[in-house]
Amino acid sequence: MRYAYYPGCSVSGTGRAYEESLLAVLEALGAGLDELDDWNCCGATAFPSVDEDKAIALSARNLALAEGRAQGSEPVDLVTPCAGCFRALLTAHGSLEERGPVARQIDGALEAVGLRYDRRVRVRHAVDLLVNEIGIEAISEAVTRPLEGLKVACYYGCMLVRPNATFDDQYHPTSMDRLMQAIGAEPIDWSLKTRCCGGACYGADPFSGTMPQATLWLGHALLSEAKRRGADAVVTACPLCQFNLEAFQERMVREFGHPIEMTVGYITQLLGLALGLDERTLGIHRMLRWHLPEREPAAVGAPAAAEGGGHART
Amino acid sequence: MGALAQVATEPTQAAPAKRVTGKRKKWRPVKIPSRFEALLDPGFAAEIAADVPDGEDLRACIQCGTCAGTCPMILYMDLAPRRIIGMIREGARDDVVHSTTPWVCASCYSCTVECPKQIPITGIMHALRRIALREKTYPRGLPVPLMEREFVNVIEKRGRSTESWIAMKMYVRTEPTQLLRHIPLGLRLMRRGRMGFGRESIRDRAQLRALLRAVDEQPRKSAAPTSRAPGVPTPGTGGAS
Repeated sequence: MRYAYYPGCSVSGTGRAYEESLLAVLEALGAGLDELDDWNCCGATAFPSVDEDKAIALSARNLALAEGRAQGSEPVDLVTPCAGCFRALLTAHGSLEERGPVARQIDGALEAVGLRYDRRVRVRHAVDLLVNEIGIEAISEAVTRPLEGLKVACYYGCMLVRPNATFDDQYHPTSMDRLMQAIGAEPIDWSLKTRCCGGACYGADPFSGTMPQATLWLGHALLSEAKRRGADAVVTACPLCQFNLEAFQERMVREFGHPIEMTVGYITQLLGLALGLDERTLGIHRMLRWHLPEREPAAVGAPAAAEGGGHART
Repeated sequence: MGALAQVATEPTQAAPAKRVTGKRKKWRPVKIPSRFEALLDPGFAAEIAADVPDGEDLRACIQCGTCAGTCPMILYMDLAPRRIIGMIREGARDDVVHSTTPWVCASCYSCTVECPKQIPITGIMHALRRIALREKTYPRGLPVPLMEREFVNVIEKRGRSTESWIAMKMYVRTEPTQLLRHIPLGLRLMRRGRMGFGRESIRDRAQLRALLRAVDEQPRKSAAPTSRAPGVPTPGTGGAS
């Protein structure tokens, strides 16, 4: 089965490992993604703060492009790995489906540039695809090297289930935990799985002197809670969350003096490891730190160990 | 736990000194809501309600404070979301549009989801940002407004954002010294192929630009701008008529 694929800007930049691992995992599971031709940015949360209608128009263009690929009147699945893009596309689709004055305005604008959107796209997140299309059972059958004994904290972040929860419970999502169980890992029980990591403002905050602590503190609270509960790694399904939690750990330590050394990976990377995929295909060499407890037999590959050496404080 | 408790108290102590506001007239006390009826804008709630999908629900607010309780950024806000909603309803326009709250908001949608009255609080925060940008009442000194403008410009021009470029531009424009501090991180990312300086762009830029222009040209939805009562002074709205 092949799906239309919307990567988003972060996944093509700092989140490259996410795309690599997602594509590899889906290929191993017999599904494929076709990248949307000439997709544009979803507008994130910054665009609606400047002009809401144009933000919807941005996503409407992507939705129209995805729909244009399909023949007939079948619904089209558009898969995105980024939680931020997921929210933007979903919100745009929602407000267009209401067919209110905004929808008329956007429809008119689309028509003016020769596009058309008939509301046939179903916006899907990669986790949704894995759990509800490919299925937990199919995944656990495909596992060749289960991650026995690995304790993971599944971090869903904000946008996967908020403001609209399409495929999981809004307050207590479990799809990632179920995926982790399927590959033999042990998801820890924690209450911060949908707490904000501050990623939406990382571009502004840790960089500036105005509110240096705000986002660092949020990330710090998440990581230290995960650590306190005994997690070996935090898994995310969003490139922004991953970057924010991984890249600023040294600054968190400097700011709060509470040592954290936490592996923060993408859910698809751990899935890939359990499916027996090569660490390099999963982009593990791109991570800033990657320490998982040793697995039998010789699970930790040499290249990752060599790369991982870079985590030492610079 | 001790470390966390420390962390929690620190920002509150630092907050008053770091509070940044827009251009205010000197006689206006900071952090005190408008208290004279003549200074209130009775049309403000309607203005916001028209600008946000389901915004009309804000009139149903029961001031329970769930939004403030669930907000992860509350420590850094000058007015809690609950107060913002209350003040919008009362028409304390001037204080609300100068507040740092909408700019500190991380758009995590916790408040929207938890609100017992289903008020789209995050949407209201975005609407307040739009008003503050339009009327130039956003807090000076916070880089967020600048960054959002920059981001929007890049998207309008190129169709995609390149994180490294936006971050670079922000440093250069706000705090060039910070750029140096982040070089090590940048290098580590570049070594791993996670950051580059090639600028992303879509092919059909003309189409995207035409689309965005067409949105402006379409008949507007009936969002009439401010219906300010005649004769009401507009203190501190920094140059907006």
